[in-house]
Amino acid sequence: MEILNAVIQGLLIGGLYALFAAGLSLMFGVMRIVNLAHGDLAVVAAFLALALVSGTGLPLWLVVLVTVPMFALLGYLTQRVLLQRSLSSGPLATLLVTFGLSIVLQNVLLEAFSADTRTLDGGSFATGSFRLNAAVSIGYLSLATFLLAVLVLIGIQLFLSRTGLGRMLRASADDRETAGLVGGNPRHIYGIATAIAFATVAIAGLMFAMRSSFDPSIGPSRLIFAFEAVVIGGLGSLWGTLLGGVVLGVTQSLGAQIDPALTLLAGHLVFLAVLAFRPQGLIPGRTA
Amino acid sequence: MTLLSIRDLTVHHGQLRAVDRLSLRVGEGEVLAVIGANGAGKSSLLRAVAGLTPPSSGSIHLRDRDITRLPAHERVCAGVALVPEGRRLFRSLTVQDNLLTGTYRKRPGPWTLARVYELFPWMADRRRQNAAQLSGGEQQAVAIGRALLSNPDLLLLDELSLGLAPVVVRRIYEVLPGIVSGGTAALIVEQDVAQAMRVAGRVHCLLEGRSVLEGRPQDLNAARVEHAYFGIGEERH
Repeated sequence: MEILNAVIQGLLIGGLYALFAAGLSLMFGVMRIVNLAHGDLAVVAAFLALALVSGTGLPLWLVVLVTVPMFALLGYLTQRVLLQRSLSSGPLATLLVTFGLSIVLQNVLLEAFSADTRTLDGGSFATGSFRLNAAVSIGYLSLATFLLAVLVLIGIQLFLSRTGLGRMLRASADDRETAGLVGGNPRHIYGIATAIAFATVAIAGLMFAMRSSFDPSIGPSRLIFAFEAVVIGGLGSLWGTLLGGVVLGVTQSLGAQIDPALTLLAGHLVFLAVLAFRPQGLIPGRTA
Repeated sequence: MTLLSIRDLTVHHGQLRAVDRLSLRVGEGEVLAVIGANGAGKSSLLRAVAGLTPPSSGSIHLRDRDITRLPAHERVCAGVALVPEGRRLFRSLTVQDNLLTGTYRKRPGPWTLARVYELFPWMADRRRQNAAQLSGGEQQAVAIGRALLSNPDLLLLDELSLGLAPVVVRRIYEVLPGIVSGGTAALIVEQDVAQAMRVAGRVHCLLEGRSVLEGRPQDLNAARVEHAYFGIGEERH
């Protein structure tokens, strides 16, 4: 029964990893940008929500509703103002820019909020759970996070497959120059892709902040989980990202059953095994 | 009435002067073919008109509008659509999604998805198929359909025959009169001189980026075209 509980808890945390990874996968798939600041952006969203809650006294759900669109706008502007300029200089330049952004964000957070560990108080919803049976209990927040991850991925999938702009996003991922020849403005399309990536990472950051403590320096560790979920699932595949997150979560959870010290190592080992034996990932994407 | 007017256009391909002070014009609804050997500057000319390669000097006007510095995606809105060399379909998209990318800018005009399926009936049955699984000729047809769906005033066709069997090329060219009869002008770049002469109302022959021969196909005899194409001086014959 303990194993079943570990699998279920791992599966649920896999949803959070998928949320972290979805934006990373989208930015790489469409623009070939590896965003090293992705984890830090999640932490920025968490701190922003914390500041809004404590500064304005607004309820958390309202703050979440405000933070996510703000991040989408921030993503669009970051692409147009910062990343677009580096894109023409090749992949190394974008890597360096996002690395620099990561360091800047961490230090700005350190300056503004100090190195203290914080939590985002989600109230009884964040701590409450229901029992499936004697051995398995499911947290409301964990379940909501998983369902949210599935909804976000369905939303992105529908946007990409059913809308003209989504189609152009996929076309740009295939061939940027030809997408321009059918009228797609690459700057705008890349801005939209980054806006979606930032919005999803904000959701991930907020859900994470309600379940765990955070401080300005934890971004890179979130980035590693996101990377691992993307690679295990398959680059450029949204449902692969969810599967990758679930595999990573379940592996970590089972590892913890053997020895709590094995939690992270078990995930890393599965990641390495996938890289070695199935480098295209479990569900390879079309744009990978 | 002149639709496209190119004046003293120079385009560099790296260090090489691919198009050299070229001037030409395409009338409304006209089919102009630009022929020439490999490296004569034909594709560079089309890339400059489509907005993919910025010209070093000269000007490009569409009707009265100067589009010389307009980016490629805005030229689509202005009414220019390129069928690029090598088809360049979006390989991970289905046939229908490839076609629908052409509707992104939604210019008003006669071309709809239904009309493209009418022109190429096989496409409707295979609309859910991945574009990468099509043969070269089928990909070329999808690339033409995609360009038409933006309802262009000027269709740029770059080396339609490249890499295709002669029978496929003939079939592709058979649909061209039906396309231009609706009022769309076409600027064709082609190495297959016979095909180009058959469909064009006027022909330019390029040599080292310059126009060395111009005229209506019926006024040009084979020897003159051959000499212009290969750059053989008249005095040597």
